[in-house]
Amino acid sequence: MSVMIEMTGAEKTFTMHLQGGVRLPVVRGVTFQVKAGECVVLSGPSGAGKSSILKMIFGNYRCDGGRIGIRHEGAMIDLANAEPRDILSVRRATIGYVSQFLRAIPRVPTIDVVAEPLIVTGTSRADARQRAGHLLRRLNIPERLWTLPPSTFSGGEQQRVNIARGFISDHPVLLLDEPTASLDAANREVVVDLIDEKKCAGVAIVAIVHDDEIRRWIADRVVDVTAFAAAA
Amino acid sequence: MADVQRETQCDQPLLVAEGLSKSYGRLAACRDVSFTLYPGEVLAIVGESGSGKTTLLQMLSAQLASSAGHVSYRMRDGVLRDLNSLGEAERRFLFRTDWGYVRQDPAQGLRMAFSAGANVGERLMAVGWSHYGRIRDAASSWLERVEIDTARIDDAPRTYSGGMRQRLQIARNLVTEPRLVFMDEPTGGLDVSVQARLLDLMRNLVSELGLAAIVVTHDLAVARLLSHRVMVMKGGEVIETGLTDQVLDDPHEPYTQLLVSSILPP
Repeated sequence: MSVMIEMTGAEKTFTMHLQGGVRLPVVRGVTFQVKAGECVVLSGPSGAGKSSILKMIFGNYRCDGGRIGIRHEGAMIDLANAEPRDILSVRRATIGYVSQFLRAIPRVPTIDVVAEPLIVTGTSRADARQRAGHLLRRLNIPERLWTLPPSTFSGGEQQRVNIARGFISDHPVLLLDEPTASLDAANREVVVDLIDEKKCAGVAIVAIVHDDEIRRWIADRVVDVTAFAAAA
Repeated sequence: MADVQRETQCDQPLLVAEGLSKSYGRLAACRDVSFTLYPGEVLAIVGESGSGKTTLLQMLSAQLASSAGHVSYRMRDGVLRDLNSLGEAERRFLFRTDWGYVRQDPAQGLRMAFSAGANVGERLMAVGWSHYGRIRDAASSWLERVEIDTARIDDAPRTYSGGMRQRLQIARNLVTEPRLVFMDEPTGGLDVSVQARLLDLMRNLVSELGLAAIVVTHDLAVARLLSHRVMVMKGGEVIETGLTDQVLDDPHEPYTQLLVSSILPP
């Protein structure tokens, strides 16, 4: 299978100007590959830089060194040195990202929050809503909630809306930051099934999960992030 | 061959600013600003009062002459032209049709004593529409799109609330299907709930119509919701620029870090 993500010596340091310019090295020498259809789980204690690595791949955190290769529309592109509009194009077509928390957009109904990623890539509103409804039903969000904005939902419901929004597109790369953290057992199983389906469809996945059982279910490989610890 | 891709309309910049500066005597209100805006792209210009945001917006939209540098715009015939080289007819075409300009104070962007329908219809008449029925239909369909009850079409915006006025101003600007909209603090001075509605509306319209927009705001939440890219200004200079979530989640410059860390959590 083809390599979808190829990180080589990527590094990240925060400089906190408001705290007298303290430099906070996060990770250094991040090197690993993810192939199509493979799920790599990042492991390591809190603060080891797992989420930072996901954010670097998504282009949310800027990378201070090294390379972040992503296969985008048939060619490798280095996100560490890409123009903003190239990163946007990669996000539209190639990389999906499920963050820990839903960033709620005021006033937008749940069904449209979920359907939006399809609509912006050209799917008709009706088709996008139908697929959104299908996913919400699988994730046990009752239909009477679909027309409400998710800002008033419980933590677990919001997370499921977020998962539906992240899984609705056919992106070939998917980044998952603790997608099951606040879910009950039944919904955790739904998410594991969804991940399996993505893998079968050839999607390359990088995930952070703290639950050992889920990690055993989904991981093809575990990458220990402590190996990339950046000594101050 | 990836690098000999044929350039499509979308790959060509819509507006290019090069070395734009404006000084008033010894005071530099805006210094050496350069950037490129592509079709469908939303750029936010953020920074505190006096940072040069509005001066920059006025130069970009040919309302203020620059002291140095220039702005080029791709006209509908596909040719990139220096704004200074345009004839009067071409400038009028930009102002009346191809550009929109949404002001913070809707009273400045609307004719307060005319009806809402006339406010929207005026821009259509300026581009040659003359059939009353068709103008009225277009106006009423735009009022609907910006969620104004069409029963209010004959009322003057004087009688509208602040949020309705701002939505009417947006309808007036978008009715001619512009390709680029300038917005100066479009949500300034509105209640938070009214702001949320307006932001959601603008977000949808921008993506449905494939509009490019340049939005000046001091509100980072507005920048996050509306824009793809952001430029941070301080003392007349652009000090940081990048993807909006990148700049807001991983700010590099001391001033940007201060701005981001000064937001009160709700």
